[in-house]
Amino acid sequence: MSEMSKTILIKPIFKENPIALQVLGVCSALAVTTSVQVALVMAIALTTVTAFSNMFISMLRNHMPSSIRMIIQMTIIASLVILVDQLLKAFAYEVSKQLSVFVGLIITNCIVMGRAEAFAMKNPPGLSFLDGLGNGAGYSFILVTLGAVRELIGSGSILGVTLLPTVANGGWYQPNGLMLLAPSAFFLIGFIIWIIRNRDNSQVERNEFTMASHTVEKGAH
Amino acid sequence: MSSNVNSVSYTIRVALVLCAMCSVLISGAAVLLKPMQTANQILDRNRNILIAAGLYDPAVNTNADVQSMFERFNARIVDLDTGAYLTDEQMSELGIDPLTYSESAARNDPVFSTALSAEDDTANIRRRVRYATVYSIENPDGNYETLVLPVSGFGLWGIMYGYLAIEGDGNTIRGIGFYDHKETPGLGGEISNPMWQAQWPGKQIFDTAGDVAFQLVKGGGQGESEVDALSGATLTSRGVENMIAFWLGQRGFGSFLTNEVKG
Repeated sequence: MSEMSKTILIKPIFKENPIALQVLGVCSALAVTTSVQVALVMAIALTTVTAFSNMFISMLRNHMPSSIRMIIQMTIIASLVILVDQLLKAFAYEVSKQLSVFVGLIITNCIVMGRAEAFAMKNPPGLSFLDGLGNGAGYSFILVTLGAVRELIGSGSILGVTLLPTVANGGWYQPNGLMLLAPSAFFLIGFIIWIIRNRDNSQVERNEFTMASHTVEKGAH
Repeated sequence: MSSNVNSVSYTIRVALVLCAMCSVLISGAAVLLKPMQTANQILDRNRNILIAAGLYDPAVNTNADVQSMFERFNARIVDLDTGAYLTDEQMSELGIDPLTYSESAARNDPVFSTALSAEDDTANIRRRVRYATVYSIENPDGNYETLVLPVSGFGLWGIMYGYLAIEGDGNTIRGIGFYDHKETPGLGGEISNPMWQAQWPGKQIFDTAGDVAFQLVKGGGQGESEVDALSGATLTSRGVENMIAFWLGQRGFGSFLTNEVKG
């Protein structure tokens, strides 16, 4: 694998993470991360859709009339999402019931459209596919981390395996119900962004304006 | 090529070809995967019937057991207005079969369902099916051992769908299971919690006068017709209570229980 394709694949995981740096695709990161299993399936679904939509859009990029560019991208993305949804209903029915509308909402996930416009329209299919995989991996990393923390603290288990026996089931652990509600994912994403930016200062945004130094107090009263 | 990429005729051609390809792909997938999806739905429904009847333990049993365990049930369709089972002739006349009949599809079909007036609609479900599938297990001597009735009612966010299993006396609850709901996880969503559902078996639905007495009580649940309401989910609890009252009342399975089970 050449140096360039490696960078394209690895960079979106920490350095240019779609959720942590670009703050895209947050809606589904809040909704489907109450358990690791669901988060994992959602992550795989989104990675597949992003990779293949990037590849197909890149293949067609020189044949797209500019007046219907967006519509073509949406048609390709929507078809892939419906396909993934149908496959989940056939092979992973339980999980597809838990994901419910969120698989369909991959169509509107900003990461998919964002990569199509920003990368696939300017680069060859192979690299676009890798870019889709890389961004999917970045999204997956955040989703699975959130899922693991929320499931462990909120339900005392990981992947359905009980680690902390809860009071309701006769154990000692009183689960934190906040972790099962969407706001907790906001706090956790905030923590993850804080940790990543602490280690990599280049991700810290520049101030939009500089504070003026204190003016000297003179002639007051 | 690139010089006329933006011409009108080329734009239309690209749009047509793309749409045709995508539709072939999607419809192909839908047709090919349909049998597996239907099988999954039936398996899921059957598993929920078994869970409500207290026969299926998710920690022990697997999907492979569902089919053999489910064979103990007789599936028959009840006319909710008369309270009698449909005969084979009536079913073939209506074109329905207990194994494939789906209440959720019938709910939106004017032939198979009726709109409820606001006054009658205590469970807030707007339309009620005319026919419902009842799953039963009979003793060797022909008496009912378990009856599983489909129930539905509006909770906080949407309609909750489930199965209520009752004993052969038509009065004692054997279990409850919900297979589809949109209640808040951790609050109203606790209706799916097996720990909460474990309070249901043994409770009496009707009082001595024959009216539905079953209710969800805050901080209670000691009485013979009471279950502890869910904390932090008053509207969901009320929805569950209304659902039971509706489906076991005269507009639900009331006449079926009077005619077929208790009589």
